[in-house]
Amino acid sequence: MQDFVQHLINGTSLGSIYALIALGYTMVYGILQLINFAHSDVYMMGAFSAYYLAMFMGLQNSPGVATLASLLAAAMIGCSLLGLAIERFAYRPLRKAPKLNILITAIGVSLLLQYSAQIIFGADPKVFPKVLEDSVLIDFGAVQLKSLDVAVLIVTVIMMLALNFLIFKTKIGKAMRAVSQNMTVASMMGVNVDRVISFTFVVGSSLAGVGAVLVGMKYPKIDPLMGTFIGIKGFVAAVLGGIGSLPGAVLGGLLMGLSEEMVVAYLSSTYRDALAFGLLIIILIFRPSGLLGKKGVEKV
Amino acid sequence: MSEKLLEARTLTMQFGGLKAVNELDFFVNRGELMGLIGPNGAGKTTVFNMLTGVYQPTTGEVVFEGNPIRGLKPYQIARQGLTRTFQNIRLFRDLSVIENVLVAGSHLARYGLMAPVFETKNFRQLESEQYERARHLLDIFGLEGKKDWSSGTLPYGEQRKLEIVRALATGPKMICLDEPAAGMNHKETHNLMELIAKIRQEFSLTVLLIEHDMKLVMGICERIVVLDHGVKIEQGTPQVVQSSPKVIEAYLGVDEA
Repeated sequence: MQDFVQHLINGTSLGSIYALIALGYTMVYGILQLINFAHSDVYMMGAFSAYYLAMFMGLQNSPGVATLASLLAAAMIGCSLLGLAIERFAYRPLRKAPKLNILITAIGVSLLLQYSAQIIFGADPKVFPKVLEDSVLIDFGAVQLKSLDVAVLIVTVIMMLALNFLIFKTKIGKAMRAVSQNMTVASMMGVNVDRVISFTFVVGSSLAGVGAVLVGMKYPKIDPLMGTFIGIKGFVAAVLGGIGSLPGAVLGGLLMGLSEEMVVAYLSSTYRDALAFGLLIIILIFRPSGLLGKKGVEKV
Repeated sequence: MSEKLLEARTLTMQFGGLKAVNELDFFVNRGELMGLIGPNGAGKTTVFNMLTGVYQPTTGEVVFEGNPIRGLKPYQIARQGLTRTFQNIRLFRDLSVIENVLVAGSHLARYGLMAPVFETKNFRQLESEQYERARHLLDIFGLEGKKDWSSGTLPYGEQRKLEIVRALATGPKMICLDEPAAGMNHKETHNLMELIAKIRQEFSLTVLLIEHDMKLVMGICERIVVLDHGVKIEQGTPQVVQSSPKVIEAYLGVDEA
């Protein structure tokens, strides 16, 4: 039983990171109906932005909340700028082109980022700076609440509350929801659609940046291809929850994290990744539009 | 002499080999209620799409308040004061009734990105002004009581009205109504036309109206332009249009016998 609670904590911590990545996929999909394959590499670049900031400011070995905050800021800013540039130069010129063209472009951007990163940063893994002291905050004997997991949870909850506020309480949030329903009509009602789309990329990308720092904090090894697997997981989480749905992305992420942790704990770590996709297949058989996705109405 | 608010000059819209609208010239005076009529497929909605920037006209120019607006983005045209409704309802269905209205007016309230976080005084004031304005607009159309409904759940007739409210929220000088009474019964249509007359007064609006119902158009429009196969075949007062042989031919066909 105590084991189970411990796995629950670990799984939630991992799942909330998946949720952050999934949110980026789902937001861009909601507004452009595009699977932004470059998202996982924006995430990777976030880790490197934080890494180089730490190098530059000499924060490699001064764990603490201030370090966490500055690395988060660096990753969020780095990812925002990159997301903004990708949208502006790779996707916007193709806005009116068939959806497949822009999808292939997304794959191209993804590869461009991966291989540029290998050239610029080198292909060898780097050790991510120590962000927080890994200590046991509360010890219930068999169940331990560790500082890193608590930090992950606090940061993700803050991010999700902020996102919720942004989407439902602000002008730009209303505009984002309007644009995701009908871009042309929103434009005719005076909404500057390009700006709203840029903003969506900024928000989605900075969430990926947050995810990158949190992962770097827990598993301190970063390399130019680090985005691939977590990117797929985040994408699966988004589809699982119902792509385009924000609560769906969070639910999907948590579900993935928890089930992964449980499989490793009670079955075998060999099945860790097989599970993600097995889960996806099973859920999509019964709910083709995902857990919280809208049922598509077929127009005849 | 009345002043031209909108002028279309030799507007042509070509889709492949089809000229949906061919060298169309017309103007709308400030404060006028003008009708744009024609049989199905005459190109009426295409004209609206060119005026509001959805389509870029193949050739020709649109002048609004003396400024050329061809090639501007729809939101830029909307911000200059030219807006519209749609023949088939296009509300933001997942947004609430009042959110639909607030989105449309959002460019009228300017504040920084961080203002909502810090709840600045300016922000709160602008926000409550916007909200009151939206409520007032909804009130005119009898929708204030349903302001928090999800707009997709409104009955059909009220969705049509909400489209007009949303368009009004952009602060237009001119509004293009694309068959606003489509699908409404006689009484609803009558009621809607009274509302249109009322908002025209209250907001000193210029109105360009596409409508199928001939009787209705003849009753309320001051001037009418008739399109057939993308070409203007007649224009003038309702009396002129009603008695024009070309118009009768377009609507009823030629007697072959």
